[in-house]
Formats: sequence, structure tokens, C-alpha cells
Amino acid sequence: MGKETLRLEGIGIKFNLAGKKAKPKSTQLKDIPSMIFGGNKRQEFWALKDISFSLERGDRLGILGLNGAGKSTLLKVIAGVFKPNEGKVIHKGTIVPLLELGAGFEKQYTGTENIFLYGSMLGYSRKYLQSKYDEIVEFSGLKKFIDVPIQNYSSGMRSKLGFSIATIAEPEILILDEVLSVGDAKFRKKSEAKIHSMMEGGTTVLFVSHSLEQVKRICNKAMILEQGRIVGFGDIDKVSAIYAEMIG
Amino acid sequence: MGHLKTFWKRRELLWELVKRGIKLKYRKSYLGIIWSLLEPILSTIVLTVVFGTLLGRGGRDFPLYVLCGRLLYSFFASSTKSAARSIRMNAPMIKKVYIPKYLYPLSSILFNYIITGISLLVLIPLCVYCRVYPKLHMFYVILPFAVLFVLTYGCGMILATISVFFRDMEYLWDVLLTLIMYSSAIMYYPEKLMKSGYYWILKFNPLFCVITNFRDAIMGQPMEWNYLLTALEIGIVLSLIGTYMFYKKQDEFILAI
Repeated sequence: MGKETLRLEGIGIKFNLAGKKAKPKSTQLKDIPSMIFGGNKRQEFWALKDISFSLERGDRLGILGLNGAGKSTLLKVIAGVFKPNEGKVIHKGTIVPLLELGAGFEKQYTGTENIFLYGSMLGYSRKYLQSKYDEIVEFSGLKKFIDVPIQNYSSGMRSKLGFSIATIAEPEILILDEVLSVGDAKFRKKSEAKIHSMMEGGTTVLFVSHSLEQVKRICNKAMILEQGRIVGFGDIDKVSAIYAEMIG
Repeated sequence: MGHLKTFWKRRELLWELVKRGIKLKYRKSYLGIIWSLLEPILSTIVLTVVFGTLLGRGGRDFPLYVLCGRLLYSFFASSTKSAARSIRMNAPMIKKVYIPKYLYPLSSILFNYIITGISLLVLIPLCVYCRVYPKLHMFYVILPFAVLFVLTYGCGMILATISVFFRDMEYLWDVLLTLIMYSSAIMYYPEKLMKSGYYWILKFNPLFCVITNFRDAIMGQPMEWNYLLTALEIGIVLSLIGTYMFYKKQDEFILAI
């Protein structure tokens, strides 16, 4: 192994405290009132700063940190949803992201329809999805509900379906943000086994979870984020010991 | 070139999004896609009764005249409106998966285009009713219909970009659409207006230029090529502006939705 699949170089992303990314140039119409009345000065802060690391094929990186440390933001940057203000993300091959709960589903669509819509958003062809359809439904365990609109699904069911679609092929890089925490214990076991088999196939996994135990089971490397900066990176045992101490 | 290549790679996704638009539009209605035929017929009857019978305008082919205008106008109105909303409506997806963002407004225009294409079938029975018989000349309808797409794409992209940062645009556009409708000579004959000093309102309204040529093609009158050219030129300029604006601003969308 030892082949690099993902490298981040000096990633920085800036927000203002209204939760929006700060824009140094161009003013907009909505800025005019505060410009006129003088108040409401922007307080910028770096949600991520100087994030650099690299991962090799088959690495599973657990990202640890308290709420608001920048974990999800980092994953969004890697997934391409956020464009960083500084630095760049270099990756080889396909990235399949599962950000937050339930993936990018159309609520009015049924499970089946969402398999094809979401699958094609992830870049799979219709033909490929057709050939894998039974497998996806089988893995999700939602056969009975597959023709029901997604809006009637529970959050656990949605994330099961999302996980089943996203992991049907073996992407180079898989991003999992708190995805496994909502499914039931049975599904969690099944999906952990799936991640292990994918990692043997060489998939690189980035994993966010608040369960340190789960991170230890799945990951071989870990990173601690604090206020948008990396404060620890390396072998899972070492880093998780530091993190356990940090959170007391 | 790189953009064209990604576009080609994503064509299946574009089709999925177009299909979603069509499916969701008629989901849970009993008649479903039949409405795309029924709605123009019914509204043409209403307009013909009001403007033809009650106000005593138009001859035998007045219903056909009205329907041509109405079909094209309602395509323009509904697809620009849905393009304007497209980024906001797809926010949950934009936040979770990266796909080229122009696919959202583009697909909402395309699905309306396909529905309008189906609606055009209504013209066949109406032509028979109005005693307008098929000629080779009718194939010219393809040209104004294509120009209409360019025009709508341009407006749609501009509106999609602005609406992300300035939601009021959606409401403002509703008002502007009313203005555009009345200045496109949909329910009246333009002759009187053309002879007055306000003829430029029609001449430089690309939608009117498209509609006029569409009618000419259907009703077997000579095409007015310079009008069509004006519409095409305006359409191309708007499309370039729209594409450029969208391209420049798309990375900031995520922060505003």
C-alpha cells in the first residue's frame, strides 16, 4: 500500500459570526443597511485554519472534537460542498460523501426513486444502479417500505438507505459524518462490517462520530480538531488517549 | 472543453433531475400529465369567450392565435419562475453532495420545455377546428421554439443567481412577468399598437418577437425574420450574462441558502 489518495494543503475557511462566509470584496444589497447605520460590524473567524494532512489508501481517519470544532466543515470542504478561502484539496479518484443525516434525498420521492436520483448524484449510471438495485434494497433492510415516499421515513431509515446507496460501489474516498449513530444496533454492526470490507478493498474513510469507542473500532488514524485547528494527529491509540484525557 | 466533458458525464443526472420535475409536478393529481393538454384547452376557451365573444374581437382563428401566445408565454413564465427558485428549493441537496450547480436551474427549464412540447399537441385539433390545414411551412415553428429556449435559459440563469442573495427577486419577477405578458400581445392583435408611437414596446420585446413568428409559422403567414433575429440576439446576450453571473457566484450560494 502506501499510496496517497488524499492530501490537504493549508486549508482555511473563514466565516463571519452570522454563520456566513466572509467576503472580503464585493458588497451586496443586504450590506447596505449596516453600512448606512454603521452598526453590526462583521466579526470574522476562521472555522478552519492551516489544515494540512494526507491519507493513504485504506486509511480510516477518525475526526474527533467537540461541537463546533470544525469537523463537519472539514468534511464539507473535502466533499467539495464548501470552497475553502485558502489552500487546496488534492484527491485521486471518486469521493462519496454522506454528510449529516439522510443524504440528499427528495422527500416526495419513494425509496426506489431516491435510489436512482441520489445514485446518479453520486455519479453512478442508471444501468449500474439497476444492476445493484436488489443489493441496495437488501442491505438497507427496507424492502417493505421501498415504495413509500421518503418523507414518511424515520431518520434512522433514511440514513440506512443513504448508507446503502453510497457504499454500493467501492469509492476511493468515503466520507461519513455521524451517519452510523442513528441506525439501530443491528444495522450499525452490518455497516461497520461493510466499512471494514471496503477498507480491505482500499477505500479511504473519513469518519466523524461522537462515540470514541466506535471511532476506535473503525479507524486506524485519528485527528483532534479544536477551534478549527489540528491539535493532534496520528495513530488511533495515541490520539484517542489524548482525546479521552481532553474531555476528561 | 473541461466543462463540456463534465456536462456530458453528468447527462444522466440532468435527465434524472428533469424527470423529477415532471413527476413531481403532477404527482397526486388524478389526471396527471393529461393536465398539460387540458389546461391550455380550458384556458383558451376562457380567453376566447372573454376576448372573442364578449369583447367581440378576432375572427375564426382567434382561439388558435390566443393559444399560441399563451403556450409560449406560460412556458417562459413558469420556467423562469422555477429556475429562480431552483437553488433555494434544492438547498438540502446542495449542502450534501457536490454536483455542478447549473444543473438545477437548467433542469427546471428543461422539464417545463418538455411539458410545453407535449402541450403543443393541443394545437393539432385546434388547427382543424379553425380550418388551418397543415403545410410544410409549419415546420418553421421549430425556429422560434428554439430561440425561446435560449431566451428562457438566459433569464433563468440571471434570476437563479440573483434570487439566492436577494429573495425579493422572486416576487419582483412576478410583477415583471405581468408586464411582459401584457406587452407580448397574447390576447389582442398588435396592429393598433404597432401603428402607434409605442410600437417599440413590441419590437424590442423578445418574447413578442418569438410568439409572432410562432404564429406566423402555424397560420401560414410569412415569417418575420428580423424579429426572430432580434429575439435570438437578445437571448444570446442574456445567456452569456446569465452563465457568467452564475459561474462567478456559485461558490457563494452555499453560504446564503
